[in-house]
Amino acid sequence: MIRYIIRRLLISIPILLIGSFACYVLVATAGNPLAEMRFRPNVTEADIKAAEISLGLDKPVVVRYWNWLTDFMSGDWGQSIALGQAKTAVFPAVTDALWTTGRLVIGAELLALTLGVSVGVLAAVRQYSIFDYLATSTAFLMFSMPIFCVAVIVKNYGIQFNNVLESMGLERWLTTAGPRPGGFSGSFGDVIFKYTGTFLLPTIALMLISFAAYSRFERASMLEILHSDFVRTARAKGISQSRVIFRHAFRNALIPVATLFSLNFGAVLSGAIITETVFGWAGMGTLLVSSVRQFDPPMLMGWLAVTATLIVLFNLVADIVYGILDPRIRLG
Amino acid sequence: MANINLASEGGVVNSAPQSDSHEFDATKTRTQGQLVLGRFLRHRLAMVSLGVFIVLVLFAFLGPFIWTYDFEDVSSKSYQPMSGAHPLGTTQVGKDMLALLMRGTAYSLQIALIVAALATAIGVIFGALAGYLRGFVDTALMRLVDLLLIIPQIAVAAIVVKGFSGSWYVVALVLASFAWMQIARITRGETLSLAQREFIEAARACGASTPRIIFKHLVPNMIGSITVNATLAIASAVLTEAALSFLGLGVQPPDTSLGVIVLENYGQFLNRPWLFWGPFIVLVSLSLAVNFIGDGLRDAFDPRQTKVRA
Repeated sequence: MIRYIIRRLLISIPILLIGSFACYVLVATAGNPLAEMRFRPNVTEADIKAAEISLGLDKPVVVRYWNWLTDFMSGDWGQSIALGQAKTAVFPAVTDALWTTGRLVIGAELLALTLGVSVGVLAAVRQYSIFDYLATSTAFLMFSMPIFCVAVIVKNYGIQFNNVLESMGLERWLTTAGPRPGGFSGSFGDVIFKYTGTFLLPTIALMLISFAAYSRFERASMLEILHSDFVRTARAKGISQSRVIFRHAFRNALIPVATLFSLNFGAVLSGAIITETVFGWAGMGTLLVSSVRQFDPPMLMGWLAVTATLIVLFNLVADIVYGILDPRIRLG
Repeated sequence: MANINLASEGGVVNSAPQSDSHEFDATKTRTQGQLVLGRFLRHRLAMVSLGVFIVLVLFAFLGPFIWTYDFEDVSSKSYQPMSGAHPLGTTQVGKDMLALLMRGTAYSLQIALIVAALATAIGVIFGALAGYLRGFVDTALMRLVDLLLIIPQIAVAAIVVKGFSGSWYVVALVLASFAWMQIARITRGETLSLAQREFIEAARACGASTPRIIFKHLVPNMIGSITVNATLAIASAVLTEAALSFLGLGVQPPDTSLGVIVLENYGQFLNRPWLFWGPFIVLVSLSLAVNFIGDGLRDAFDPRQTKVRA
């Protein structure tokens, strides 16, 4: 197992290197970060030349990539060159964003997984019941739903709910502007109030989206297992229904969902872009959107490097989880 | 935006295979295509969805010739409520929402169809080549897919659109360059097993060239999953394009699409809800209809799976 993990990590190094080079070339060809300088007053050609040299833009792409890579490895991730960003350092910006996204996503994904798996198992056990049809059609509907519309709808009904609270003489509860940087303060009740108010809406939006995938997947794999020979054997031996379902079927049906979860989790960590944008969270997703809008190559490269590493890492986690849950799969 | 691989769902099989043969006149021989078409036509949900899809296509491409307002016409008053003259009201700049919706639907459809066509063509060729030739080609292809998988699609799409232009065909090209991987994987998997069968060996023994074996022998045998996945690619392209445009990183004005329309109007959700629900309903019915058609096609091509829709 250890040898397998080490080997996989070693294989992912060249993939990450080539991937980051491809990203670097893409970012470098996609635009000139100094283009906007020309439109500013009192900027001469000489100023632009000087800025180009100070940023190293006069060197060929390969050299620039090498410089970026060596800096990146030694912990110097550079600083933002976008206007009005006051040369923000990339490393803290990306890690802050990752922390914000992580807080939102971990809870939402775990809730969605629990809910999705329970609904999927129930739907499979009671196949063709009303519950099954309801669950299946909800999942199908959510799956065909544009995510941003779900987020917009959730947000606006949250605002209306707030208005109702206010008209009843209560405090507005739900917020749609992300967590405050200082953390939550006040009495214990206050903290709970603010915490739930901040997290509730984006968590619901994220959950609705992930839930559809998990429940569909769990139902499908549970059905497959329930129809397999070893479950029939277990039933024939006279084992009780609940034991058959939980001891025999459920544990096996979890395997594909666990894999899906690990893969999905890595992807969502790189930014629940739409949920973050709609609810105003300053996470990985909004960081990407703003760095693209302002065209900020150092920030983009930092973002891409972290995201790619996360995805590679969680792909590995998915394989390891698979190996642990299903001993028939031999890693190596 | 999780790019979840749900392809393996197709593997859900109801254990009892049902035979459709009793429904057919045994004395008349039918081709595979006729059988599939017959099953598809009897799939009620798929037929309804096909109807909805055709209505949407007519709405998008014929509608503008009938409707009085043009999507660029800003002569109407700003934010008119729903009325006979403007069934869906007008936008902030005084464009008729219905006319705008026609244009947006047309663009979204164009993008989705091009993405699906390109992705299917590239995916089938690459997947079949890799699965049939194995060896170096296979390794190279799979490494390429690995590489593309670690780079978030939405980031690359956003950077390319920002750097080049936000024309709708640029968006289509970028989306296609990521959508082909899914189809390539499925095609490769099927080719790997088909290539071991006797008829391929026979074709090779007859001296058939590689392109001939791929296009005359392998592809026709995979037409089912190729069609189904091409349909599903349309649905996911509609949603991905809309999401990108909603973030302001996809189609840029003056071009428009359903995502752009939602982006421009979702702020009016509470005051003028029709401006949000109009494009929302078009978008959802488009994606639902295409998904159901794909579902119907899957059932038609593989009747053993009819009972399980996961």
